[in-house]
Amino acid sequence: MALLEVNDLKTYFRTDDGVVRAVDGVSFKVDKGQTLGIVGESGSGKSVTCLTIMGLNPRRTAMTTGHAMWKGEDLLTAKASRLREIRGNEIAMIFQDPMTSLNPVHKIGDQLAEAMRLHEDVSRRQARKRGLDLLKAVGIPRADRRIDDYPHQFSGGMRQRVMIAMALINNPDLLIADEPTTALDVTTQAQILTLIERLQHEFGSAVIMITHDLGVVAEIADDVVVMYAAEIAEQGTTDQIFKSPHHPYTWGLMGSLPRLDQNVERLVQIQGQPPSLLRPPPGCRFHPRCPYVMQVCKEVDPELSPAGDDPTHLQACHLDEETKKREAAKLLAGMMAEAS
Amino acid sequence: MTQAQAEAAAAAQATGDELLVVDHLEKYFPITRGIVFQKEVAAVKAVDGVSFSLREGETLGVVGESGCGKSTMARCILKLLEPTGGRVLYRGQDITKLSRAEMRPFRREMMMIFQDPYASLNPRKRVGFIVAEALQVHKLGTDAEIKRRVQELLEVVGLNPEHYNRFPHEFSGGQRQRIGVARALAVNPKLIVCDEPVSALDVSVQAQILNLLKDLQRDFGLTYVFIAHDLNVVRHISDRVMVMYLGQVVEHAYRDELYTAPKHPYTGALLSAVPVPDPEIGRNRKRIVLEGDVPSPINPPNACRFHPRCPRFVEGRCDVEEPELVNRGGPSTHVAKCHYPLERWPLSEEDMRRAPAGV
Repeated sequence: MALLEVNDLKTYFRTDDGVVRAVDGVSFKVDKGQTLGIVGESGSGKSVTCLTIMGLNPRRTAMTTGHAMWKGEDLLTAKASRLREIRGNEIAMIFQDPMTSLNPVHKIGDQLAEAMRLHEDVSRRQARKRGLDLLKAVGIPRADRRIDDYPHQFSGGMRQRVMIAMALINNPDLLIADEPTTALDVTTQAQILTLIERLQHEFGSAVIMITHDLGVVAEIADDVVVMYAAEIAEQGTTDQIFKSPHHPYTWGLMGSLPRLDQNVERLVQIQGQPPSLLRPPPGCRFHPRCPYVMQVCKEVDPELSPAGDDPTHLQACHLDEETKKREAAKLLAGMMAEAS
Repeated sequence: MTQAQAEAAAAAQATGDELLVVDHLEKYFPITRGIVFQKEVAAVKAVDGVSFSLREGETLGVVGESGCGKSTMARCILKLLEPTGGRVLYRGQDITKLSRAEMRPFRREMMMIFQDPYASLNPRKRVGFIVAEALQVHKLGTDAEIKRRVQELLEVVGLNPEHYNRFPHEFSGGQRQRIGVARALAVNPKLIVCDEPVSALDVSVQAQILNLLKDLQRDFGLTYVFIAHDLNVVRHISDRVMVMYLGQVVEHAYRDELYTAPKHPYTGALLSAVPVPDPEIGRNRKRIVLEGDVPSPINPPNACRFHPRCPRFVEGRCDVEEPELVNRGGPSTHVAKCHYPLERWPLSEEDMRRAPAGV
């Protein structure tokens, strides 16, 4: 049994303008010790998916259907008290912005200890000791002194490490990292990624890594979900996605990345903007921006179906296999003409 | 200024066709104590002796971690901040000592594109006004002419000219950045300083803006100083690249030289830290992980400023004698500020840590 199995998850928000379909039928699973990367543009529903799993959406406006089976227990129907037991204990989350997710008026040592004492019956001293060990583990220099500092006394990279230490304090089985390195310099990003990998090795946790950086995904993920406009465009193993991408959106994402290891005259650009989730386009949601659009794309929403004969590699696109193979090969050879 | 730097600067000026020459630029921010009698107790050396020159139509990429002085340097070049020392020459004329009025004609020639497309546009003004403002300040045409010009500009940057009367909040991040570009282009500048123009944008939108900047450069012969912390982006757009660390230039070379044969260990560490979107390369590659954060520019380390974090640190040399920014092998245009430059590239972390030759 998978550690977490999400099935046909839908999250709609009621707003004054109408119903926003923020997540519209997303399924994936994560096994123990595995890393799942979720990529997509801002507003594609990556973060909402994870917030829904954690039960952190506003209860008044969010409507959720589907299942999120955590060790056989559905998180979406679980009681609030049960969710509180799981959150921060079995499933922990690292939020995107380390500047705003720590409480500025408490010492970080106290914040770390609180996270632990909520879930386990330990003394203050024990909790502090564990907090100190973790600060050392995440590489904060002079941790025995820094533990009594306030968040503003740390730099961005250091605060992000404190967040990671806090997420790990109860040895979670699943760590959800929402763009943990986006606000950081490359050098700090390298430190944090190395750290997450090492901790995953030591504790055997599973990781869901939400990011818009395909480079980060290529380096640390085992499986990848590509999201576009609240739906899954393509999903598969990292090798499948990077070696034989099947969806024009994935091609666009890959082509729009400037590469360190090659000179490209012009980047492939995806035309236009992501659609509004209030009134998503009919048919395939990517069709207004897709350079390969056909009549059928405007009318029929493509099913998420196996790519070729590989049942683990799923994609939602009407293009025929031949064209996809040819275009993907062209892209990978770096020859793809600008999609216009 | 060291002998070598003086020579380099002189050599740069000798050819005479430089649009911009920055000569040993310094910007110190004083730290004061006391309320009535403010006594200067220390200074943040944000930019500490940066020199470079730029020909017309060229793009200079500037990279470095946050806090290395990239943005301060950009603001000093445009005199949005008053430099503490050094000179900025625009078409051979020193603009650092000019008054605001004397500076005005130069303002038409040099423009800036800012990082945050959400903060750099006035939310209470219509797009037409925002783009037209510079034209009105410089009195370039009648109202009707200005309006026509603004609509033309909106079209050039890929926006609908009919959106002239909209407010910034009606646009997405990428579209706002296009408005920022249109505003910078309005008065036909020669030099545009781009301060992290794409770091707040999604990759797909980032590609749109980068392509736009390249097209505009080709069509209007623009010269860019392009600041970014993303080395991929800098490689894509630059002719030459300058790497900064704690207010100083540590390496400067033509793009391909810098990316294929970096000399400074800091450049090496930056390059190895960039994730590669290729799982095979990514998995087998060893990142060179730098320990710690950038030290405080109030009290920078002695001699080589990188020595406390450097994997090739040699005691008794790197912490005693400051290296000069000179050629360390390769083409003569490639300069690096290091006693023990990298011999080859790529280099594994173990190789990098091994004692450099000749110690």
